[in-house]
Amino acid sequence: MSSVTEKKIGDVLLKVENISLSFGGVKALTDISFEIREHEVLAIIGPNGAGKSSMLNCINGFYHPQQGTITYRGEKRKQMRPHQAAKQGIARTFQNIALFKGMSTLDNIMTGRLLKMKAGLFSSAFYKGPAEREQIEHREFCERIIDFLEIQAIRKVPVGRLPYGLQKRVELARALAAEPTLLLLDEPMAGMNLEEKQDMCRFILDVNDEFGTTICLIEHDMGVVMDISDRVVVLDYGRKIGDGVPAEVKNNQAVIDAYLGVQH
Amino acid sequence: MAFFFEVLIGGLMAGVMYSLVALGFVLIFKASGVFNFAQGAMVLFAGLFFVGFSEMGVPTWLSLLLTVAVMVVLAGAIERLVLRHLVNQEGIILFMATIGVSFFLDGFGQTIWGSNVKQLDVGIPTDPIFLMDGDILIQSFDLWAALVAGTLLASLVVFQKTRTGRALRAVADDHQAAQSVGIPLNVIWIIVWAIAGLVALVAGVMWGSKLGVQPAIVGLALKALPVLILGGFTSIPGAIIGGLIIGAGEKLAEVYIGPFVGGGIENWFAYVLALGFLLIRPQGLFGEKLIERV
Amino acid sequence: MLYRESGQYKTTYSADQAIFTIPQDRVFFALMLLVAFVGIPLVATDYVYTALLIPFLCLSLAALGLNILTGYCGQLSLGTGAFMGVGAVAAWNIATRIPDLNLLVVFALAGMITAAVGMFFGLPSLRIKGFYLAVATLAAQFFLPWLFVKWGWLTNHATSGVITAPHLNIFGWEADTPLEKYLFALGVVALLALAAKNLVRSNPGRQWMAIRDMDIAAEIIGIRPVVAKLTAFAVSSFYIGVAGALYLFVYLGSTEPDGFGISLSFQALFMIIIGGLGSILGSFLGAFFILLLPIFLTRVPPMLGFDLSTAIVAHLEFMVFGALIVLFLIVEPHGLARLWQIAKEKLRIWPFPY
Repeated sequence: MSSVTEKKIGDVLLKVENISLSFGGVKALTDISFEIREHEVLAIIGPNGAGKSSMLNCINGFYHPQQGTITYRGEKRKQMRPHQAAKQGIARTFQNIALFKGMSTLDNIMTGRLLKMKAGLFSSAFYKGPAEREQIEHREFCERIIDFLEIQAIRKVPVGRLPYGLQKRVELARALAAEPTLLLLDEPMAGMNLEEKQDMCRFILDVNDEFGTTICLIEHDMGVVMDISDRVVVLDYGRKIGDGVPAEVKNNQAVIDAYLGVQH
Repeated sequence: MAFFFEVLIGGLMAGVMYSLVALGFVLIFKASGVFNFAQGAMVLFAGLFFVGFSEMGVPTWLSLLLTVAVMVVLAGAIERLVLRHLVNQEGIILFMATIGVSFFLDGFGQTIWGSNVKQLDVGIPTDPIFLMDGDILIQSFDLWAALVAGTLLASLVVFQKTRTGRALRAVADDHQAAQSVGIPLNVIWIIVWAIAGLVALVAGVMWGSKLGVQPAIVGLALKALPVLILGGFTSIPGAIIGGLIIGAGEKLAEVYIGPFVGGGIENWFAYVLALGFLLIRPQGLFGEKLIERV
Repeated sequence: MLYRESGQYKTTYSADQAIFTIPQDRVFFALMLLVAFVGIPLVATDYVYTALLIPFLCLSLAALGLNILTGYCGQLSLGTGAFMGVGAVAAWNIATRIPDLNLLVVFALAGMITAAVGMFFGLPSLRIKGFYLAVATLAAQFFLPWLFVKWGWLTNHATSGVITAPHLNIFGWEADTPLEKYLFALGVVALLALAAKNLVRSNPGRQWMAIRDMDIAAEIIGIRPVVAKLTAFAVSSFYIGVAGALYLFVYLGSTEPDGFGISLSFQALFMIIIGGLGSILGSFLGAFFILLLPIFLTRVPPMLGFDLSTAIVAHLEFMVFGALIVLFLIVEPHGLARLWQIAKEKLRIWPFPY
């Protein structure tokens, strides 16, 4: 793995306190609290239906928890829409790929960069001048991401035609285009073969190293989780049952019970 | 006051006619998720064939039977030529495809049978009935229409409880899951479209008896769309109640508001009401609320 | 063999992001423009202008507008006819009430008024999608033409209800003959088409397509659905409004204000389905196709010895349109524009299959 130097984990970036979320009568999350620190790679693990994706959905404003608070960069958040979260520097990828299927790889990534672009309707309609300059300037940035993730060859291909592994990579590229402070990855390696997983791990660690992006990921592959994460939060049936460095969590009895089952 | 009730009842009865068309929409939408824009054209199509057979001297019962056969064949053709090739497409694509089907049927029916207004008389009495010492006048035809709609509704509800009906509801919930437990999707779709075709035939006969069978029916049947918005796309009772609300609402509006704005508001009242409704309660009165997930 | 791009290298992003990246395409397009502005005027007759080319230009522009909304932003509308009516009535009112105003300003204002009306009827799109929205736009389609007729002020209380377009005067140039009208329409349409192409290949277009392809993901990467959808409605309606104004001023000359009915809406929808959803070129191809088909149906059967009555031809037209819509949706949802693209790709590698 690429990271050799000791990482500097900073202050608390995002703090989740006593979050509870329910749909009708079904409780998805119950009284969850944890922290995400700057520059760290935090993994959320847990059996299926533990509420991991719901947790990410709360963080980026897609679900609104009934109770609890989320503090981001020291500011307590009010209820917000996902696009507001995006503006604050929170980007994410999805468990089931959510790319814009009719658009090319490059257009998908450029769309991810829209928040940084200013040209409005009129200058865009005229195109020549400021709008074109802006397009080119941001194209350069997107090309850097394309180089970084090694997807040069599929720049102009509509993403609907790409194989699964590459689509996952394009989705990561789109999230990176926004230069996020906090990157949420929902099962970035699901359904990949070993080689693809290794590539993806490398990309995640490189992003963390080179851009200093804080990463919060959901993953089922324990090998991967133990290897790349600085800290692990374990959920089960919507409750937090473990939180700590990988080695600690690995030996936590509650976690072992949740994964292996326990006789009552 | 008597006048108010007369208008109200007249409107409700007109609403029943919209409901008849709307029922066909709901059936297909529930079973296949297809929003069938062609339902109105199917009403005209069925009406044209029925009246066409009758005019050739075929006895009424036989014309009815023949038209039923035509509608079943039509259902098969639509499944084979259109739906089968559009499985798993987005709803909006299917919707546009049914607009194409609508135009095709519209043109096809008229190519065969011509586009002049054809009188249809299946023996439904049309004499007026007076209520409350002659204060309120209603058409006995309208009562018959309500009766027919009621019967249709009842038989559809019973049908839902049968084996085939259960299969239909399974398909409606999840195409793939239904297929995996051995429900033949193609057959089910043909059945649904055939039933919707029969509903269209009933509507065609009723509309035809009231107005004559004519191309304008397609345009009128379009009002089933706002009915559905009100009632909810997935609710059979919703189609009925939505129809009643629209029918009564537009007649009352025409009579009591119309004179102040120059009249003619019947043509758009239903749509604007639906538009307002969409802003407040998009899932309709009886529809299911969808929760979006990522 | 002529259509080959080997040896052409793009060395700047600017060149890579041009509308036509291949020089052959640029030459071809320049030739097309030359034909449109110079070639056609040398040969065409008045009949060709008034019966084919002028309505083609007006309806292409309307189709282009609808394509921005439906093809690019994924919001289905059945209100195109009514919005064309708004543009026409607005332009007529502005032109008759402020007689000395420059015609281009009149058209721009009419477009903006239509944009405002379009945004209003687009409001439900913030909560609903697909065919629900189609029903909402039907409300516009049935309500607006009624309003044109009943609100006397809009037609200056003309007893006949007919509105007649004034003379076309553009910076002192009187466009009276069919040829001049054609050139005026062509100029307007060409400019607006270029602007549309620019829009869809930069920020606004990407926002619209993102909403179309996956609205939830679009919101999560920071696109505000409200803004994206309403700008799509506004821009689309602007184009449709200008198209309506052209339709009245250049093509019809005079009309009853309720002439902008639902059949126009369907016509525009068919144009973009057959031409290609989400394609500027497709809007033009579709308009051309839809206008030529009826002419073809009237002219060809008699040549083959079939004598069809006009009623039968009208019904046949319905059937052919219906069947074509279904066929295109099944076989090539991206329409004629996609077929054109495939042909170009084949030509690129010709005579080799791969």
